[in-house]
Amino acid sequence: MRFKVNVDRELCKSCGICASICGRSAIKMNSGFPELVGECVGCRLCEFYCPDFAISVEVVE
Amino acid sequence: MRRLMTGNEAVAEGALLAGCNFYSGYPITPSSEIMHIMAAELPKRGGNFIQAEDELAAINIAVGASIAGAIAMTATSGPGFSLMQEGIGYAIMTEVPVVIVNVMRVGPSTGQATKPAQGDLMQARWGRHGDQALVVYAPSSPQEALYITHKAFETAELLRTPVVVLTDEFIAHGREVVEYYDLKPVRRRIQEKPEPPFGSEDPTRVPPLPPLGEGFNVMFTGSTHDEWGYRDVHRQEVHFKLVKRIWDKIWMNSKSLFLYEKQGDDDAEVTFVCYGSVSRSVKGAIAVLRSKGIRAKLLRLITLWPIDWEVLEREIEGRVFVPEMSLGQLSFDVEKFAKVEKINKVGGGIPIYPSDIVKAVVEVMR
Amino acid sequence: MRKHFARKYLREEVLPSTFCPGCFNGIVINAFLKAVEELNADMRKVVFVSGIGCSSWIPSPHIKADSIHTLHGRAIAVATGVKIARPDLNVVVISGDGDLASIGGNHLIHAARRNMDLLVIMVNNLVYGMTRGQASPTTPLGLRTATTPYGNFELPMDICRILEQTNANYVARWCISNFFKLKDSIKEAFFMRGFRFIEVYAPCITYVVRYEGKTPGEKIRELFSVCMPKETADERKAIPIGVFKREDKPGYVEMYSEYRRSIS
Repeated sequence: MRFKVNVDRELCKSCGICASICGRSAIKMNSGFPELVGECVGCRLCEFYCPDFAISVEVVE
Repeated sequence: MRRLMTGNEAVAEGALLAGCNFYSGYPITPSSEIMHIMAAELPKRGGNFIQAEDELAAINIAVGASIAGAIAMTATSGPGFSLMQEGIGYAIMTEVPVVIVNVMRVGPSTGQATKPAQGDLMQARWGRHGDQALVVYAPSSPQEALYITHKAFETAELLRTPVVVLTDEFIAHGREVVEYYDLKPVRRRIQEKPEPPFGSEDPTRVPPLPPLGEGFNVMFTGSTHDEWGYRDVHRQEVHFKLVKRIWDKIWMNSKSLFLYEKQGDDDAEVTFVCYGSVSRSVKGAIAVLRSKGIRAKLLRLITLWPIDWEVLEREIEGRVFVPEMSLGQLSFDVEKFAKVEKINKVGGGIPIYPSDIVKAVVEVMR
Repeated sequence: MRKHFARKYLREEVLPSTFCPGCFNGIVINAFLKAVEELNADMRKVVFVSGIGCSSWIPSPHIKADSIHTLHGRAIAVATGVKIARPDLNVVVISGDGDLASIGGNHLIHAARRNMDLLVIMVNNLVYGMTRGQASPTTPLGLRTATTPYGNFELPMDICRILEQTNANYVARWCISNFFKLKDSIKEAFFMRGFRFIEVYAPCITYVVRYEGKTPGEKIRELFSVCMPKETADERKAIPIGVFKREDKPGYVEMYSEYRRSIS
């Protein structure tokens, strides 16, 4: 399975927790918003630790 | 039904007849007997009773229960009443019905716990910070205490407001025959479909309370809020609309809420304005004054807030006397309409006797 | 596009929240709602009661459910009234260390004493956040705050250890970094009877973490190694986490029902 992250820029406050918490260091902050730069394994830690409900993980078909 | 009762017993009976099914309270002289009766009666009748850890808990538990649909009350005296002010303010702001009985005793502070007084009038009206209003009733006897307590529950449900019942230690511990008939339990109005709980297109309409547990997603908050309960701590118009509506809810109904008793001679030379247990001495004094050829009338307030000022203006005539078991609080109201002769005596459990009143009047009229 | 899992339980119209960027309150919301999702709990039967403070804004207005936002310190008292009048509802108190343990301390102790059937989640951010960073009863020794500008000299309280000594059925502490443990603890406590208390150690991002020179993410990563199981934690260096107490005694509602039955 492959995964991607969706970022709702209207809710994101650029706190950077998602980038810090990602176990694969696959998220980097780019101009204030998170961007997937590595491989997402679908652990959803970014989603669970996002305090603003802005980032979520989705299965890529 | 006809029974010999104290005022505290009559308050409890009036509450039970009104369908009170929730009591949370804290012991304090001279109100504790109300709590004891509720502790014995409510569990027997499927109601809920809890002795709270302090008066702050007592009022907040009662408010929580009322929000959840209970017909709730608490009773206390001066020091506890002071502690409850913030909780009463919350009930005003969220428009939650609750009845608070204050059996007045000598204050301020600890004062004389077992002695009657009438020093909490201003506090009952104004004790909360900010713009607020509620209804204050003051019976003058155990007989009246039963009916007025029942009425307090009716008013609380009708207007979705806290209602304060002011008695004093004389009424609370005095005993007389009390008769009552045909008092029905109050009905809690609950929304059937979601509608704004805190506002209405029609300014005279008080919306029913929303139910909990039905998916209405109700929001109660003590912060300024809009008609659906969304907190709004920024917009001026939202705040003004809210507090004005709560104030008007009470004051637009001042004529129907204002209960009073008028007694005595027409075309009087002397008018007494008073409330509570002092009124009984006034009635005695009026009889004596009549025998001395002085025509006197009594204007006894049963509702202490709101006031229908027109009644005072209309009824006050001649020399005006305001007897109070305090240094004078009701006298400020009456001074709007006439020069007031205050008859003040407080402390020590010594009543204002009819002879005190007669003496004061005769001296002035000489 | 798949939205964040929590959003189906939230009032969209109040998002983004007014919490500071990186405030851990949002993570508490996630843990609670993940527990709800996994339990398939009926949110219509949950009533939230909160007091005053940043964490009291967690349920009201964010979570789409019945919520009662009350006076400072009085959440547990109001919740008691709600639960006694409507024992069929699941009454959940979410509030902070100042609101629940300082001004509300008396109500906290007595609700625990009564084993009142409430789930209380205390977000311990170590200060009074909303009023701009004053010390609270949980402020650690030495911390500089608005009212301890030279470093806090008062000893803080360990609320979990105090409540362990009451009649409460369930007492637990987790760090905000323990998302899964927190979520599972909420799941366990959700339908239990009696008084259930979960402390979430979540230092205030603005008045504590920022002055440590850390980012929110760095703080969470630090907490991974600072929060240790209470059985082995060295309290001089670690935050002890875990379940302090787990019992299944009848709660207040059951005891009062029995009392009523015994009279008639």
